[in-house]
Amino acid sequence: MKFTEEHEWLRVEDDQVVVGITEHASQQLGDVVFVELPEVGTKVTKDDEVVVIESVKAASDILAPIDGEITEVNDTLTDEPGRVNDDPMGDAWFFKMTPSEPSQMDDYMDEAAYKKYVS
Amino acid sequence: MSDLQITPLNALHRALGAKMVPFAGYEMPVQYPLGVMKEHLHCRANAGLFDVSHMGQVILRAPGGYAPVAAAMEGLVPVDMLGLGMMRQRYGMFTDEAGGILDDLMMANRGDHMFVVVNAACKADDIAHMRAHLDGVDVEEITDRALLALQGPASETALSALVPDVAGMRFMDVGIIPSDFGELWISRSGYTGEDGFEISVTEDQAESLARALLDHGDVAPIGLGARDSLRLEAGLCLYGHDIDTTTTPVEASLNWAVQKVRRAGGERAGGFPGATRILDELQTGAARARVGLRPEGRAPMREGTPLYAAAEGGDPVGHVTSGAFGPTLGAPMSMGYVPRDLAAPDTQVFGELRGKRQPVRVAKLPFTQANFKR
Repeated sequence: MKFTEEHEWLRVEDDQVVVGITEHASQQLGDVVFVELPEVGTKVTKDDEVVVIESVKAASDILAPIDGEITEVNDTLTDEPGRVNDDPMGDAWFFKMTPSEPSQMDDYMDEAAYKKYVS
Repeated sequence: MSDLQITPLNALHRALGAKMVPFAGYEMPVQYPLGVMKEHLHCRANAGLFDVSHMGQVILRAPGGYAPVAAAMEGLVPVDMLGLGMMRQRYGMFTDEAGGILDDLMMANRGDHMFVVVNAACKADDIAHMRAHLDGVDVEEITDRALLALQGPASETALSALVPDVAGMRFMDVGIIPSDFGELWISRSGYTGEDGFEISVTEDQAESLARALLDHGDVAPIGLGARDSLRLEAGLCLYGHDIDTTTTPVEASLNWAVQKVRRAGGERAGGFPGATRILDELQTGAARARVGLRPEGRAPMREGTPLYAAAEGGDPVGHVTSGAFGPTLGAPMSMGYVPRDLAAPDTQVFGELRGKRQPVRVAKLPFTQANFKR
């Protein structure tokens, strides 16, 4: 698993990359009340705003961590945005994508480095 | 945060694990470990304890007692202060010459004097304003007392266990009541739409009282985050957001706060700053109105969101002044200003979110039913 400085996690599943936000990020956001997901098939470039997430406190954007194409989104979050607080590292992933430049992931942190980053 | 002031409950907030933020020059708890959503729901279902010690507490005295203070105060607020009953409280606002709102406040008739509570961010200006304009009135800022709010259906049970007399109070009653925590200044009021109390207590007794209330199983500490969503569901204005010097009381849909006696044809009509405009608007209506707004989608429309009359084209016709997700409502909610012809409930307007216009309907306020003990 890889972690970005924007508090996203990336997990490789076969030729797909699953993207979500970290436990730390979900705690900082507070109770999530709204999630807007991208459309499947959207081609994204690293740092594009792909997900809008709103908590009781504020709106935040989730950026595409790498270039690629969105292949699946977690629709359950639209109806139950609170799942992002319940299980951010597991069931509450946001989207899956096919990376066009998998090497873009190399620069991201591993779990140990991320833990140090947020401590 | 070294230049921030702290309240007498600062150590308690920290002990309770609060996340502290700067607010109106004070370091205040925005939330406790329970989190904004659960704190909000707990307050509506049980009871919540809020530290509102940052607000200004002011005593106004004049040699002749309450009546001359009330008469002078009527020169600053469009409110019937002379007609306010003994040990009763009333909501009002300081207006300016243009009819705008300088601050909103609570004013109580305490027999031989008036007690007022003003917003933290405005208190220095309010006190200067009163000192400058209340001739013959001594304006004393109370700086050695904390202010707690206990709100929610279990408030009476929790407080009457410590102060039995409060059970006999009804909405907007005030009392000066001796207790194990010294003399308490209590009003049956608040800013959540729930039954509850605001309790002024000397700073040395504030933590003991707060802890005694929190020892009651139904009472949880509530931060500013949930205070904001509670007051918004209750349709109540936040000064500096929903009302300010650019909004008149009539535009702000606060007509109910201007009693008949102060309106055109009333015995003491006008006589407050901005009366010409405000009295005229009371008779003929204002060009725009503060309304409740229910987005049709799930996305909250927050403060500043521009509002449009149509899905495409045209200039903004108004904007959102407060917006959040309503935990009890289970949906997003906003307040904002729209032109009078778009102010009727169920009128559809459009709020622009991230470049896209989203439908939103004008809704009656409050969003959730009030539970006052009248």
